[in-house]
Amino acid sequence: MTPVLSVRGLDKRFGAVIAADALSLDIAAGQKVSLIGANGAGKTTFVNMVTGYLKPDSGSIALDGLDIGNRSPRHVARLGISRSFQIPQLFIELTAAENLAVAISGTRSEALSFLAPADAQGRRDRAIELLARFGLADLADRPISELAGGVRKLVDIAMALVRRPKLLLLDEPTSGVSAEEKFATMDRVIHAVAPDAATIVFVEHDMEIVGRYADRVVAFYQGRILADGDPQQVLGDTEVRRYVTGGAR
Amino acid sequence: MERGLHPVVMIMLVAAAALFGRALPTWTLSLATIAASNALIALGIVVLARTGNVSFGQGLFFAAGGYGVALIANAFGITDAVAQVVIGAVCAGLLGLVIGPLIARYTGIFFGMLTLALSMLLYGALVKSAALGGSDGFNVGRPSLFGMLFIDPREADFMLYAVSVVTTGLAGIVATILFRSELGLVSLAVRENNLRVEYLGLSANRIVTINFVIAAIFAGASGAFALMAQRHIDPQFAYWTTSGEFVFIAVLAGYQSVAAVFVASMALELVRSFSNLYLPNTWQLVLGAFLLGVILFLPRGIGSLWIRDRRKRNAPAAAPHPAENRVAP
Repeated sequence: MTPVLSVRGLDKRFGAVIAADALSLDIAAGQKVSLIGANGAGKTTFVNMVTGYLKPDSGSIALDGLDIGNRSPRHVARLGISRSFQIPQLFIELTAAENLAVAISGTRSEALSFLAPADAQGRRDRAIELLARFGLADLADRPISELAGGVRKLVDIAMALVRRPKLLLLDEPTSGVSAEEKFATMDRVIHAVAPDAATIVFVEHDMEIVGRYADRVVAFYQGRILADGDPQQVLGDTEVRRYVTGGAR
Repeated sequence: MERGLHPVVMIMLVAAAALFGRALPTWTLSLATIAASNALIALGIVVLARTGNVSFGQGLFFAAGGYGVALIANAFGITDAVAQVVIGAVCAGLLGLVIGPLIARYTGIFFGMLTLALSMLLYGALVKSAALGGSDGFNVGRPSLFGMLFIDPREADFMLYAVSVVTTGLAGIVATILFRSELGLVSLAVRENNLRVEYLGLSANRIVTINFVIAAIFAGASGAFALMAQRHIDPQFAYWTTSGEFVFIAVLAGYQSVAAVFVASMALELVRSFSNLYLPNTWQLVLGAFLLGVILFLPRGIGSLWIRDRRKRNAPAAAPHPAENRVAP
């Protein structure tokens, strides 16, 4: 069976810094994969290359067998990979519903309409439905600039879901969330994305979150994959404990 | 989302404004014609500014429209005012279609300086072109309307006033529909974060290009009005100070409201006329102080006076939401 994402021999350097060193990785449909690693290990570079923001120096990236290594973020998004960001990338002067409406416009195959009202009922209903999954329907008409950081994070993830992506990449979905609420927030995220995104890759620093929600963990170290397997195996790995988790768990 | 008058109501207002010209004194007609013409090009700058890009060289399209109309009018004897407006809009729109996709790759100050550079290139070429009259330019004939010639100066002024108010009013309705549309919303998104727009599967460049072409069309039509009012064209149409004046109006208006552009344009013409009358040697100082006052007290432009209030009225009470309590800021 063809993996959803297949990466082969991916290299990326920034001067003397090796951000990706012959990375090879297959992600099967339905997996929830967590990428872990210290700062600078290459996790975000990997996400940036998969989503077309950075071009790899060499190697290939395939989505459902289709080479996407040299495609722009726009093309990659249209082919079925969506992402959320560590720092939410929203349109802060627009309301939450308008942010979702922009994302919904991105799913149209035809040109943007000059005549269709931005707040057409169908578009608004879909926006509210997505916000409701995250418990944010009441905030639909509030400008993003008035919303707290954690709420912005959820809106950011909701926007990534609009396309019903084949592969959803979440960059630190619980960063900025209080320790008491991180599991509740992650439960909400997993529950909300389940109907629309079968395959999820999330970058995470919190090993409790990783252990609870991932069914596969990939540990990065200096642009290489240090360990790859089920959470118990990877988080218990001596090298991972030494270079990545620092003895956590 | 911006809410406002229904387009049918706007059409009626435009018609009323055109007929109102019958009651205006002659000197006011000329002033209102200039204000409407300037509002048209400034409206284009506002349309473009909603994508986060300001054109400092809109004189390029102003001149392209004006010269296009003048050359075609002289070559084929076309004097009809409506036809001239259409010709001006088409000439500038075609130029916008060529330049737009190239310039849409740039943002911010690079975008602004490139538009300025292109307008000055045209200015330089026009000054050196003997066939187009060089720096002196050339004259065109008196405009007509649907076969009617207007010999009486008062009637000629009213005709030009009516055509400019109707054209600018219709452009305002088009801009209002645009602002409320899907394309208008995505344009605002491009202004805030064009990379995120790309990540959502949309082309930020294409959106900027569409707005750029609309701005060029408005500028070309405005150039046609300026030509009809002066019955003369010269390279000054493309000069940077001409472009600067239009940006001046757009800054006064802000990017949130179509009506604000008309208010700003009329306010500028009134301030200029009266300060020129009573303070002939220091009228620029009055204009500068006026702009400074608007920037200080209304940094988002005159339109923020009513758009801000409307937002407040529409917004639900800002009580803390449970989801906001659950997550750390």
